[in-house]
Amino acid sequence: MNLKELYQEIILDHGKNPRNLKKTENFNKDAKGHNPLCGDKVHVFLKIDENKNISDISFEGSGCAISMASASIMTDLMKEKKENEVKELVDDFLKMIKDSPEMKSKIISDDEKTKLMSLSGVKQYPMRVKCATLAWHTLTSAMNNSQEEINTEKFD
Amino acid sequence: MNIDNIKKQFPIFNNKVHNNDLVYLDSANSSQKPQVVVDRIYDFYTKEFSNVGRSVHYLAVAATNLYENTRSMMQKYINAKDPNEIVFTKGATEAINLVANTFGQKFLEEGDEILLTELEHHSNYVPWHYLRKLKGIKINFAEINNDGEITIESIEKSITPKTKMIAITHLSNVTGAILPIKEITSLAHSKNIPILIDGCQGAPHLKLDMQDIDCDFYAISCHKMYGPTGLGVLYAKKKWLEALPPYQGGGGMIREVKKEGISFGDLPNKYEAGTMATAQVIAFGESIKFLNQIGIENIEKHESELTKYGEEVLRKNNSVKLVGNPKNKGSVLSFTLDGIHAHDIATILDEDGVAIRAGHHCCQILHDKLGLTATARASLGVYNTKEDLDKLNESINNCKKIFDR
Ligand SMILES: Cc1ncc(COP(=O)(O)O)c(C=O)c1O
Repeated sequence: MNLKELYQEIILDHGKNPRNLKKTENFNKDAKGHNPLCGDKVHVFLKIDENKNISDISFEGSGCAISMASASIMTDLMKEKKENEVKELVDDFLKMIKDSPEMKSKIISDDEKTKLMSLSGVKQYPMRVKCATLAWHTLTSAMNNSQEEINTEKFD
Repeated sequence: MNIDNIKKQFPIFNNKVHNNDLVYLDSANSSQKPQVVVDRIYDFYTKEFSNVGRSVHYLAVAATNLYENTRSMMQKYINAKDPNEIVFTKGATEAINLVANTFGQKFLEEGDEILLTELEHHSNYVPWHYLRKLKGIKINFAEINNDGEITIESIEKSITPKTKMIAITHLSNVTGAILPIKEITSLAHSKNIPILIDGCQGAPHLKLDMQDIDCDFYAISCHKMYGPTGLGVLYAKKKWLEALPPYQGGGGMIREVKKEGISFGDLPNKYEAGTMATAQVIAFGESIKFLNQIGIENIEKHESELTKYGEEVLRKNNSVKLVGNPKNKGSVLSFTLDGIHAHDIATILDEDGVAIRAGHHCCQILHDKLGLTATARASLGVYNTKEDLDKLNESINNCKKIFDR
């Protein structure tokens, strides 16, 4: 994948007009993430209902097109997912960004996979992988009720 | 001055980047290396290698002479009074840490103040911050004006009766502002305050004369001066090197070691503990020769014309906002583009072979002040041309096109 493909329409679209960019009302879980190298910042808010479904998810933050697009696509995708599904999707996505050629999860449609795969272009820019994964690590942190701010420098 | 001939001396430009000619605009981060420097490292290891200053065999004596020869060359290059005022370190960072640590140990007490500026690189802030914790000192920051400059008035306003050291950059690695260091030094001395200059961005671009500037300390990073990585220079007035305690302890820096106590060696050994970056020091001698052959005055003139040209080109480009507008500006063009994050800019420019830096450039205090999280920065070296800046501008327009789709 070359650069023109990395900055393809879907990333630019989500990067320039991020979906779910707000603070969920009555959220019951949240976490903050920071990429000190780029200055990317994201704050993820979750509302989890009594059946352990994500009934609403949103984020606030600022950063490069890659980090904003990733957070935007992620929040779109996670709505109405169950807690255990969230974990599966995050793991699957992080594997794909690191070294796997595709996403294996059966929970999401091929269309949704294609959307996520559009972020795989960062593979060849190791410094930018952190931009793509920031929101996902932050989501995990929110699910785990972790109080510590996610810092991309603490992941490999 | 023939830039084509100069550029030919840098083997890196024989390589393509993403099938494009390399347009290297990241010299403020680190400069490229001329062939003579690369060769000197190879020759030293293949034909002349030995550790310095310890053995009496032929190779050891020859290596020691070469090592000390670079010290003398550097002394002349910056017009220091004495070769012993040149201390080799692993970088400018270590040079500043050396001063903060030893000066702090000996001369600072709770309530004392250090004066920095808002332009400082983290390596001229964090070493002083340690003393905040250790000694209870306070750190003040002289404020920039709207053009991203530090004026003498701003320094004067920030000096208090408790100011014990002024530590400021020579040339900002973000706004490009060149500080009036000679005037600030004279102001500091009129109040009996010593001054350290972070000369990382000054030394590769400007003529230096330590006796004329009269500063107490001047920190240099050799890898930004067409020299090897892992090497820096601390210039310090002899009276300070004699008065301050040693920094690191180990071999080479002692006179006598007994179970009951230790006495330390004379200058310059006192501050050069352990095996030093020998090959780098020797190869750095070639960097000084390289600079002398072209002449630093010629380099200054060339880069100053280029900087003006770069400012003009970027000002004409409506999407570009330059960061800072200093009257006296050196070799650094930082900018932002509306609606495009600096890291996206750098990634897209890279595809065109244009190497710039994006981020806070180790100056978070300044970026906070400017209300920016990240900026893109093109910085110049002796090998750059107007065509490089045209390519930069073209590539910026390409970036706009991609984002405006
Ligand atoms: C103004 C300034 N100070 C200090 C440093 C640190 O130099 P070094 O990394 O060589 O120790 C740099 C280099 O990035 C710099 O630009």
